[in-house]
Amino acid sequence: MKLFSVRGGVHPEYRKERTSESAIVAMPLPATLYLPLQQHIGAPAEPVVEAGELVKKGQLLARAGGAVSAPVHAPTSGRIASIADMTAPHPSGLPQPTIILEPDGKDEWAELPPGLFDPFKADPQAIRSRVAEAGIVGMGGATFPSAVKLNLGTEKKLEILLLNGAECEPYLTCDDRVMRERAEEMLDGARIMAYALGAPKVVVAIEENKPQALEVVKQAASTLPNLEVVSVPAQYPMGSERHLVQAITGEETPARKLTADLGIVVHNVATACAVHHAVRYGKPLLARVVTVSGGAIAKPQNVEVPLGTLVSDLVEFCGGLAVPPKRVVNGGPMMGQPLPSLAVPVVKGTSGILALTADEANEQPSEPCIRCGTCVTICPCGLVPVEMSAFIRKENLDAAARLGVRDCVSCGSCSYICPAHIPLVHYFNYAKGRLNALDREARKTDHIRQLVEGHNVRLEKQAAAKAAAAAAAAQANAEKGGEA
Amino acid sequence: MTGFNDKSGPFTHAPTSVSKTMVTVLLALLPATAFDLWLFGWPALFMFLITVGSCVLLEAGCLIMSNKPLKPSIVDGSVVLTGWLLAMSLPPWAPWWIGLLGAVFAVVLAKHLFGGLGQNVFNPAMVGRVALLVSFPLQMTAWVKPAPLFAEKSPGFLDALGITFGHAGGNFDAIGAASALGYVKTELSRGVPVTESMAHFGSSFSLGDMLIGMHPGSFGETSALLILAGGLLLLARKIISWHIPVSVMGTLFVLGSVFHLADPARFTDGLFHLTSGATFLGAFFIATDYVTSPVSKKGQLVYGFGVGLLTWIIRSFAGYPEGMAFAVLLMNALTPIIDHHIRPRVFGRTYKGEPLPLKGEK
Repeated sequence: MKLFSVRGGVHPEYRKERTSESAIVAMPLPATLYLPLQQHIGAPAEPVVEAGELVKKGQLLARAGGAVSAPVHAPTSGRIASIADMTAPHPSGLPQPTIILEPDGKDEWAELPPGLFDPFKADPQAIRSRVAEAGIVGMGGATFPSAVKLNLGTEKKLEILLLNGAECEPYLTCDDRVMRERAEEMLDGARIMAYALGAPKVVVAIEENKPQALEVVKQAASTLPNLEVVSVPAQYPMGSERHLVQAITGEETPARKLTADLGIVVHNVATACAVHHAVRYGKPLLARVVTVSGGAIAKPQNVEVPLGTLVSDLVEFCGGLAVPPKRVVNGGPMMGQPLPSLAVPVVKGTSGILALTADEANEQPSEPCIRCGTCVTICPCGLVPVEMSAFIRKENLDAAARLGVRDCVSCGSCSYICPAHIPLVHYFNYAKGRLNALDREARKTDHIRQLVEGHNVRLEKQAAAKAAAAAAAAQANAEKGGEA
Repeated sequence: MTGFNDKSGPFTHAPTSVSKTMVTVLLALLPATAFDLWLFGWPALFMFLITVGSCVLLEAGCLIMSNKPLKPSIVDGSVVLTGWLLAMSLPPWAPWWIGLLGAVFAVVLAKHLFGGLGQNVFNPAMVGRVALLVSFPLQMTAWVKPAPLFAEKSPGFLDALGITFGHAGGNFDAIGAASALGYVKTELSRGVPVTESMAHFGSSFSLGDMLIGMHPGSFGETSALLILAGGLLLLARKIISWHIPVSVMGTLFVLGSVFHLADPARFTDGLFHLTSGATFLGAFFIATDYVTSPVSKKGQLVYGFGVGLLTWIIRSFAGYPEGMAFAVLLMNALTPIIDHHIRPRVFGRTYKGEPLPLKGEK
């Protein structure tokens, strides 16, 4: 397949070799599982169980809380200890409602819905509801409910399901291992998704730095129709949806449009595996593969972790901390979030747990910008980080917005490359947050103004009606008087 | 455990730093500098040390006065580079006060009055050079013929002290000389056509001499080949990109060649423009100064074209034989405007910032 060039990007030190050769190992059940009601983008799930209730593996614990939401299931059998607020795996460290499950060790399955024997003859809607019921979300880290994304085919004419196996983040090898060990499940899941979407073709994109995965997936794909496996250059952020689509098709997704408007829907490779299990066997999403790595981890490896396992338990399973880490990151080092503590659970979007040493993090104090322009050269979005950050420092958010700060995908390439160690993407995240908050305020003010205006209009109408009634009555009186 | 959540990512960083950049540029300047120190002897070494030393001391003074930390700015090598480039642009036997005054212009006026590292509009070294050139034209054009260290005509250590510290050394006048650009310009003003003066100049300095550096000129500009080697190192290490050097030299070469073809008696040729004066030093080391040149690649092409064009105009028509420093400063002034008007296209948008149309849409 002919590939197209993508602007900018960086070539970080990948350090994937630490875990890429370690096969996925299943983690034994921990003493307690903590299942946040919000492990996805959208509305939080609503609990359907109560404290003290006994549940079985795969049983629904909380149902989707809206059109864009995802249910939560019991990763094993056991007792619901409580539903309480608990620190979320989010940099804010804020608490959120969490179902706390104490496993009974029996790991007994609940009765699952029957699998679809031949999904390719099923109604696409049946597949979509299966995926929705299984609680599957984008497992590359975006955590957008997958079923909602599978609906895109009903509105738009789709050409390609693009399976994202780029895994451009350093350290992470969970997708690599999934592709190498579960290629057939993954391709089956991808074909089911393509069928549900109405997309005639599946393309699997894998970065060239994963030759074994390429080999295995190509082999597995060789007997399947309408399926192409493509090696894309190792260039961060190749795994960004819009950039991957550009590399494959040469087309640029217009601002404020979706890749689906170009006829392409992108899903992560692990998501495809989950879809396979959900549709073929009725199994909900109960565990995921997590790369545990970083210089501070004693035994870096890929672990299949029951959702809700505490990061501290997971780290313990990987031999514990060899040295005190400088940073503990949820996800990859480029776009991952710092963890507020180790006492937070692994959730559906946890692709990696990295305990990084000071050397690896290489944090230095910022120096003045020397305008070297590297950030401009490497920005995959064609932005001017040097200028935007200068405006944001002066709290001139409008100017930053005019320069396109909202189009920034926060890939972090600029911060990574900056010789003066200026935390550029930190500024942009701040600006995006502030601009969104200001927009919300403006909309709210607007809404209130409309309400007040409407109220005033109603008052005026009432007053006018009263006055008219009074006038009519007076006239009637006068007329009566006249008659009298 | 420390620093759990006080900063957003990335939590890894490229092995880049400001000081690595600066040190690489200094390394790239080293061969040409060492050669020129040998070529022009002790007085050049004194001039060099005085200029660089003054810059560092003045930087420290300014940082102390503005309550800024001394460490990053002094240690990162940026001020050493300013002093180094200033010294390269001065006559090799310039007296001590030229170096000191140049440092004042460069570091105090051009850099710190604008806010220090990264804030200056104009290239500090070129502000230093131009202010000196305008104020002290005689001293600033006192070129000498190369007199390699320990050669017969080379001044000894003590003579050199005399040259640098004020007694205007005895044999100074004896070996005074004109630079190639200066000579041609003077002859032209006397009515001697370029073809003739070039022929005469060529009889004493061959093209090889011009390339290697065996001809009169500013301390650091004469050895075109070694400067070029340094420039190529910067390109190879990706400290600079090709855009500015190529557009500066390309413009100069094309304009020189075209006009020389049209009127050989009036205009020097393109190759002469490239090999004489500060062309290589300017194109690779001066015009590429990060702080004062545009940040986008397209902007850099426009900027480089402007530097080349203005240099050629000044060399060909103005009173000064060399125009690189003026051209760089003039284009420095345009840099904010270039940066404002020439930006990369944002992903998914047109150059005007509107979302791209979908296929089939207008």
